Amino acid sequence: MLSRVTKAVGVGVGVRLRRACNAAALLCSQPCMEKCPAAHVVFSRPYSSQKEKLDMSIFPVENIRNFSIIAHVDHGKSTLADRLLEITGTIAKTDQNKQVLDKLQVERERGITVKAQTASLFYSYEGMNYLLNLIDTPGHVDFSYEVSRSLSACQGVILVVDANEGIQAQTMANFYLAFEAQLAIIPVVNKIDLKNADPERVEKQIEKLFDISKDECIRISAKLGTNVEKVLQEVIEKVPPPSVNISDPLKALVFDSTFDHYRGVIANIALFGGEVQKGHKIVFAYTRKTYEVNEVGILTPNEQPTHKLYAGQVGYLIAGMKEVTEAQIGDTLYLHKQPVEPLPGFKSAKPMVFAGMYPVDQSEYNNLKSAIEKLTLNDSSVTIHRDNNLALGAGWRLGFLGLLHLEVFNQRLEQEYNASVILTAPTVPYKAVLSSAKLIKEYGKEEITVINPAEFPDKSSVSEYLEPTILGTIITPDDFIGKIITLCQTRRAVQKDMMYIDEHRVMLKYIFPLNEIVVDFYDALKSVSSGYASFDYEDAGYQAADLVKMDILLNGNSVEELGTVVHKDKAYAVGKAMCERLKDAIPRQLFEIAIQAALGSKVIARETVKAYRKNVLAKCYGGDITRKMKLLKRQAEGKKKMRKIGNVEVPKDAFISVLKRQSEK
Amino acid sequence: MRSCLTREAQTLIRLSQVQRISSVFFGGGTPSLASPLTIAAVLETVSRCAHLAADAEITLEANPTSAGASRLAGFRASGVNRLSIGIQSLDDVELRLLGRNHTADEALGTLEEAKKLFPGHTSVDLIFGLPGQSVSSWARGLEELLQLCDDHVSLYQLTLERGTSLFKQVQRGSLPVPKQEVVAEMYESAREMLRDVGFRQYEVSNFARNGALSTHNLSYWQGSQYIGIGPGAHGRFVPRAHGESLREARIQTLEPDSWMKEVLAFGHGTRKRTVLSQLEVLEEVLVLGLRTDTGITHQHWQQFATSLSLWDMFGSSEEVKELEDQGLLLLDDRGLRCSWKGLVVLDSLLLTLLNQLQQSWADRTAHRN
Repeated sequence: MLSRVTKAVGVGVGVRLRRACNAAALLCSQPCMEKCPAAHVVFSRPYSSQKEKLDMSIFPVENIRNFSIIAHVDHGKSTLADRLLEITGTIAKTDQNKQVLDKLQVERERGITVKAQTASLFYSYEGMNYLLNLIDTPGHVDFSYEVSRSLSACQGVILVVDANEGIQAQTMANFYLAFEAQLAIIPVVNKIDLKNADPERVEKQIEKLFDISKDECIRISAKLGTNVEKVLQEVIEKVPPPSVNISDPLKALVFDSTFDHYRGVIANIALFGGEVQKGHKIVFAYTRKTYEVNEVGILTPNEQPTHKLYAGQVGYLIAGMKEVTEAQIGDTLYLHKQPVEPLPGFKSAKPMVFAGMYPVDQSEYNNLKSAIEKLTLNDSSVTIHRDNNLALGAGWRLGFLGLLHLEVFNQRLEQEYNASVILTAPTVPYKAVLSSAKLIKEYGKEEITVINPAEFPDKSSVSEYLEPTILGTIITPDDFIGKIITLCQTRRAVQKDMMYIDEHRVMLKYIFPLNEIVVDFYDALKSVSSGYASFDYEDAGYQAADLVKMDILLNGNSVEELGTVVHKDKAYAVGKAMCERLKDAIPRQLFEIAIQAALGSKVIARETVKAYRKNVLAKCYGGDITRKMKLLKRQAEGKKKMRKIGNVEVPKDAFISVLKRQSEK
Repeated sequence: MRSCLTREAQTLIRLSQVQRISSVFFGGGTPSLASPLTIAAVLETVSRCAHLAADAEITLEANPTSAGASRLAGFRASGVNRLSIGIQSLDDVELRLLGRNHTADEALGTLEEAKKLFPGHTSVDLIFGLPGQSVSSWARGLEELLQLCDDHVSLYQLTLERGTSLFKQVQRGSLPVPKQEVVAEMYESAREMLRDVGFRQYEVSNFARNGALSTHNLSYWQGSQYIGIGPGAHGRFVPRAHGESLREARIQTLEPDSWMKEVLAFGHGTRKRTVLSQLEVLEEVLVLGLRTDTGITHQHWQQFATSLSLWDMFGSSEEVKELEDQGLLLLDDRGLRCSWKGLVVLDSLLLTLLNQLQQSWADRTAHRN
């Protein structure tokens, strides 16, 4: 048992701490003696400027376990993590330990984990002291990139399933990630304290879907702490220690990195060989840059310095890196002049959903820019391209891993940076296989990716258009199958599989065009299934699609910023909806305005804004003039800000109402 | 009250150093409830402080109920020579809706009396766009009035004022107001009916025949100075006695008791004074002038903008030209004005014109520097 002196909570470094684990969580225990029992002497010390360094050499590789917890949203992953942290004395046992590892406000509000966190736990079992490194993972498929990163540092996972809800779509996705990584899997059925809990049924599902004997499942209540100790013991029993050697030269995987304003880049590393300490000169295999190590330590879950980190251990390293790009996630570290074969690293995350982001007011551009830059420091999976929209001004086209990722990013901008933005409806990257020799020469390749509808090549120079698809997994009580199948069909989905996972629950698998789910599929699914169906998806490559570019015309003039790429079968519905929204948003003018959606020269939908027949204040004498002048001048000011399409004046709000995500419905 | 009105009139006329007063208008609230003696006292003060011509227009706003025949004669005796009657409607249901105490019969009775006392100088008001009103019911009411009225008619579209019971009922949806299209048609049909019986639409809401234009209101629309007296009155004049050269927008204290106290203490109850820049005066001249059928003549404009003519201001604007091409606006040797078609959508035209005015003004200032 070791001393765990929580790091100082200065005003500045408070960034990485959370309020919820407030004073009581800042605890110290006495430096440990060999026979220290599992119970801990805990006392509260809110402020401590002292950093005692831990000696990590007392944990030989065979006493180390690196593991993750994976679960569907709300199945209790974070609660289980809180309990594990408490049992091992990592945090004090109080009522306030709620999702200790979920540091972001958005994570707490949505009950999701976005950013993987790490915590080292100390646990004594059968006379041995173990170092258990819990590497938290995000639960949603959008963040499967983060999950696979986390898993690469693990040898085992705890698979948590809700005893009431049973296996859900994300349980499936996460299981396969762990399974493919050949990790030891410890199945846990959580929430057995709930009235409707049916662990028997859930264990059968686990057996059927994952081929894991139901006898292996541990029934727990993370909330009450029931059987949680058993889970820790299973981790020690079932998860193999990392197979590494201290005598090898240093070889460490950077599996995450964060940015701290005061200390620069903090790299989370897993050591696959050797050891590292302050003063070591290290080299990043990818960048070839050399740094001197300032500090190493473990995460409990806050940074706690140690003398060294040894092979098999997981911790952090600070070495004077100023930018996150200097510590590439997936990169390998080695000692200067002792190069090693780099670890396989990661596939870089590929953005699947794009959306325009613009400041509500252009004067806010610089603030928003700096907020986005700061946010992307800790989320390298967001791609950024500067964009300029005639109506919305200067902004960016951002690429996200998925919809939730987009929403979370937006929410973090608003909550953490107080930025208010216009977010356009998400689009997906299409591809076109060019047939025109001229264009092929121009692009230097035959297959091009089209993100901006303005760059959508004409059918005459294209042999085939392609759209991204996903393999969607839906798990639902069988009462809703009919409605869900209908919903999927309207979204152009093709059924791939349908199986009962128990007497009442069905798993459906569909190939969906990605653009059919990016806007409101999840909400629609929740609404047709009274909230019971769960959904998850994975990339399923591109497929040929009958795509067309649809233009929006105002009195015959095309509105460039409203051009969209749609599937031919959906063109009418999309076009009609856009025309209707525009009709409501464009004010009457001195002439009639025809709002049309057109494919090439063919108009497919039309709405009309009638001309003003009367627009003059009836009564205007002495006393009314001041008020009237004010009103007119405000309107005149507004008129200046309108965008002219031909002679039609379009207020910015009209573009926003057409372009922005529709949260209702 | 009477002495306060005369006191304030005296103070403000002296402040303005105005030599000649061309019209007096007793309006706002229900001035016909006031005693003819009060009217006489104010007029006496005005004529003492400045020149008030014998034929100057002296208008009194009157509500049908409070204006019995004998009272009207009393007002005439105290100097009133023009009467504006708030008839509003010739339908008793509509009158109740508007919260009026009079009936259509009473209104017609008052009109009858007024015509005898003020022949050729009696005006009537009507309101359109009322809940439940149709184009034909409106036209019928107007038709009826046209049989009986004198030479001046004002037509107002209903504006719902916050806080009134009518406003609440419409908000709640219990009273359906006619659609925008229907109201536009009511207005258009009224304009045509009045034109057909020889009325000239000399302003958006005002119609006159036999030259019975209201000189007082016309001078508002032409951007002349006016002095507002009494609780809540508005004025626009240059306080020359203070050595000022810029026009001020002035508002008198609204609450009668406070207003009186202020007048007793300071000689006037001016609550708010806002200095209008040259550009702001020009904006008002533009907005008000275009409400009239003659619009803004070059000579008229010249009185306010000595350095920039109407041509300088608007002659080279593409957007103004577009409005001319659409047949809504005219800029020619006479000046700038709306067409018959343009007058109906004046507020839309004004947005373009105000922006252009501001632009030309800024260009001129930049040019000077």
